[in-house]
Amino acid sequence: MKVELRGVSKAFGEQRVLENASFEAEFEHTLALVGPSGGGKSTLLRLLAGLDRPDAGEVRVNDSALPGPEEELRRYRRTIGIVFQAYNLFPHLSAAENVILPLVEVHGLSRAAARSRADEELQRFRLAGHAHKQPGQLSGGQRQRVAIARALAIRPRFLLLDEPTSALDPEMTAEVLDVIVELRELGKPIVLVTHEMGFARHTADLVAFVADGGVRECAPAGEFFSSPASPATRQFLEKILKY
Amino acid sequence: MNFFFDRPERPAPRWAKALTILLLILAYSVLCLWAFSGSVRDWEKVWSYRETFVKGWLMTIGISAAALVLSTVFGAVAALARRSSFLPLRYSSVLYVETVRGLPLLVLVLFGYYGVMFKLGWEERISGGILILSLFSGAYIAEILRAGIESVGRSQWDSARAIGMTSFQTYRQIIFPQVLRQSLPPLAGQFSSLIKDSSLLYVIAIPELTFSAQQVNSATYATFEAYLPLGILYLVLTLPISLWTKYLEKRVSYES
Repeated sequence: MKVELRGVSKAFGEQRVLENASFEAEFEHTLALVGPSGGGKSTLLRLLAGLDRPDAGEVRVNDSALPGPEEELRRYRRTIGIVFQAYNLFPHLSAAENVILPLVEVHGLSRAAARSRADEELQRFRLAGHAHKQPGQLSGGQRQRVAIARALAIRPRFLLLDEPTSALDPEMTAEVLDVIVELRELGKPIVLVTHEMGFARHTADLVAFVADGGVRECAPAGEFFSSPASPATRQFLEKILKY
Repeated sequence: MNFFFDRPERPAPRWAKALTILLLILAYSVLCLWAFSGSVRDWEKVWSYRETFVKGWLMTIGISAAALVLSTVFGAVAALARRSSFLPLRYSSVLYVETVRGLPLLVLVLFGYYGVMFKLGWEERISGGILILSLFSGAYIAEILRAGIESVGRSQWDSARAIGMTSFQTYRQIIFPQVLRQSLPPLAGQFSSLIKDSSLLYVIAIPELTFSAQQVNSATYATFEAYLPLGILYLVLTLPISLWTKYLEKRVSYES
């Protein structure tokens, strides 16, 4: 998989999050985006997801530029899986219905076909026993696993995960990270925003450091953590790996 | 007296609840007897007007049912318009909601009917009354629905967009079910108000329930006897709405 930014800027009101950012990364399994809060990594992911549009510049995925009009962007979003920090699920629908809804509404599957695919995905993540439960009755970790199952059920080209574990306690974090490792085995490319440095180091092919309005460094995981090239990265890693 | 307290850690026994209800009904009855016993005697005269009451009551039901549907439509349109990015549409909604909520219904009925509708040549009273009542109630429903829509978190919109849903699908599948749960209790209150507010349509001489009671009153001079059935007949309509929404609330509830 290949992602590319060409002179991308994005501001929210007064706040300029990305400024003329350019970057290119080609990887097989996982690209991890790390960096300080407010540094632009979630914004970058939302641009890749086609949820926001850049103010200037071009976002390219697998050598084609993301379209501008909302309708075409929506068609693009339908081909990818997106999971947010928390509150991904629709609270009025059961876990199974959460997976079924996009299949029926957006992808035109029959209810029966959607149901069997939902069962299959929930089974894969050991959630079969929770299929009938509503999100309010699930733990945070289970909710994120359902969200990942929902994203995967549409057979996406790749997955975008925006800090999928940051709202979870350590035990649930481990439970969700296990699932992400499984995704790697499935061969779905993943772009992941994360604060879990240990996880990034062990499972990502590439790690990109996003701060101060752009991508400051992008390197293979081992290299990124052992011998970071830019001073900003070094400073960041020193700070967060201190304890 | 301990059994009259119902606390989460020590629930009251069932018989205590029944006893409380019984005592309240008793107290209520004593109050009514004391207030009305001296003045209510002319039941026979009023009984002969029973058909007037029934006709008025049916008219009230008809007007309320029509206005209930129409005001929900007005309310929904105004609530969505209020969220529009197109300024003229958004401000029209604000203007409508704020003026209507700021005016007494009486003023609205008189100005709306004798002013605007007369000028337009729309003199048919019943449909005119339904329209004015719906506009009035619709403004309140718009605010209820707006609050409901705003209570659905930003993340729900994001999730729906991420899945690739259109705005229409998002409203229909994601937002509306959650708004319904949020808005059902205040909507029930608004629907009860609507039924009671229909009584003000007597000022444009629509023969609904209140108008009938007034006719009976002026014909018999038996004021309490004319208005007591009026009160009861309104309760017969508003109480079931309360109970029905309690039932619906249970059906659409989920843990959040």
